[in-house]
Amino acid sequence: MARKISDTRRWGFTILAWGVALLIFFPILWTILTSFKSEADAIASPPKFLFFDWTTENYAEVQSRSPYFRHFLNSVIISVGSTLLGLLIAIPAAWSMAFQPAKRTKDLLMWMLSTKMMPAAGVLIPMYLLFRNWGLLDTRFGITVVLMLINLPIITWMLYTYFREIPSEILEAARMDGASLKNEILHVLTPMAVPGIASTLLLNVILAWNEAFWTLNLTTSQAAPLTTFIASYSSPEGLFYAKLSAASTMAIAPILILGWFSQKQLVRGLTFGAVK
Amino acid sequence: MATRHQKTLARLMVAPSVLLLLGWMIVPLAMTLWFSFQSYNLLSPGMEQFIGWTNYKYFLSDPAFWTAMRNTLLLVGGVLVITVGGGILLALLLDQPMFGQGIVRILVIAPFFIMPTVSALVWKNMFMNPVNGLFAWIAKAIGAQPIDFLAQYPLLSVVLIVAWQWLPFATLILLTALQSLDSEQMEAAEMDGAGAFAKFTHLILPHLSRAITVVILIETIFLLSVFAEILVTTNGGPGYASTNLTYLVYSQALLQYDVGGASAGGIVAVILANIVAVFLMRMIGKTLE
Repeated sequence: MARKISDTRRWGFTILAWGVALLIFFPILWTILTSFKSEADAIASPPKFLFFDWTTENYAEVQSRSPYFRHFLNSVIISVGSTLLGLLIAIPAAWSMAFQPAKRTKDLLMWMLSTKMMPAAGVLIPMYLLFRNWGLLDTRFGITVVLMLINLPIITWMLYTYFREIPSEILEAARMDGASLKNEILHVLTPMAVPGIASTLLLNVILAWNEAFWTLNLTTSQAAPLTTFIASYSSPEGLFYAKLSAASTMAIAPILILGWFSQKQLVRGLTFGAVK
Repeated sequence: MATRHQKTLARLMVAPSVLLLLGWMIVPLAMTLWFSFQSYNLLSPGMEQFIGWTNYKYFLSDPAFWTAMRNTLLLVGGVLVITVGGGILLALLLDQPMFGQGIVRILVIAPFFIMPTVSALVWKNMFMNPVNGLFAWIAKAIGAQPIDFLAQYPLLSVVLIVAWQWLPFATLILLTALQSLDSEQMEAAEMDGAGAFAKFTHLILPHLSRAITVVILIETIFLLSVFAEILVTTNGGPGYASTNLTYLVYSQALLQYDVGGASAGGIVAVILANIVAVFLMRMIGKTLE
């Protein structure tokens, strides 16, 4: 008897949860569906959900209207580049803070985090003027460096919380066995640190891919990543729903898939280890 | 000797990131501060001069500033209420026994990974458009007058779009916190005859309080600088109806070329963000102990 009630409950929750989840997901689903419609089908009333003439012509047209693949490549270069650059600088720092903490390490970490809270509006003007004077506006190098700087505190923090969980007894044991510092790093710590570094990489690529303040203000065409490219559909091209949807689907698909793999790290990374 | 050597090494390893962040923080901020006391317009180069507090006086007495302040608060507050309230309900729902829980989670988290320009344009055109949008079709289907969301309720529309993006974040964090709740404690409460409501207010809510604080503070940092969603939907309008502080500084600097006035606005934004930051730092500091 008790089992039966629990089954009913389970089905009730299943239906309710799926309903809510599909409602939240619907705009994305609708965008993907619309990207395969003709423009006429896209604005048909009543709307056509699944029964329309599926076509991939929108994808071809998006590419012919503007070099989509260049913007895609820019997004990849900028997000991966800024993350790798950030890791290069943050790994030694997080490493030494986790394994050789000084009296001020905690203050230092807090200060790093506080730089993240500086609103972009407060530094937009000097950055814009400096970039203009240095010829860095609309260059991949310029925007990569800026995104590296805005994500550096998060990268350092995430790495720190991961490294801190590596038990220091292992280090001591290695030292007792006479391992040199080089061997200690290469054979003992690195294998244990790789998962943390990978998670940090993943989350920061996602954050950099979707960053839409600096990319919109500091790039226009040559170095423009997908965020800026999609913004050009603002009007009046945005009224061509099928093409807008095709461009959008291509912009979100890679990161959506990456994102689904990083749910756990997302919680940990974005709460700076406060919620695990 | 070894320890001293190691200490020096440790400092050298930390130095690059500290110096970079220090430069990133101090140089532009000092420049903004400097510009904010100058009469400086990009259209008349070479005419810069020191004018004291004039920019601040103009900026703070400009009705647009107070509208932007109000909009910033409404935007942050509105999104927080929707995402925290909705997030708690969703987290409670997703924590129940069900079939396909993993897929449900994946569907719910998805909006967080959508870039702001895409979600804003999709909502603007395919849902909120008064002629061809899906909402307009629904309105017509039930015999109501379609609403021109972005013209009639620009700020509310932006709030809805941004809330859709941040609801998954709140849900995911609250769900993670919820799953760490001690099941023995829950069972004990049930044995004592606690109803669902009593369990929620006396057990679940106190357990979630820390995660809720984290969500509120982290969202606030990002929500204070909402920009792309406004740029591609309403351009801050009609008038200043959906202009927040970030957008106001942007439009004053890069659309009206008034570097001095925009800098004063930027400094005001920094001060506001700092007030929020103080609370956040204090709380995160506790987790380090």
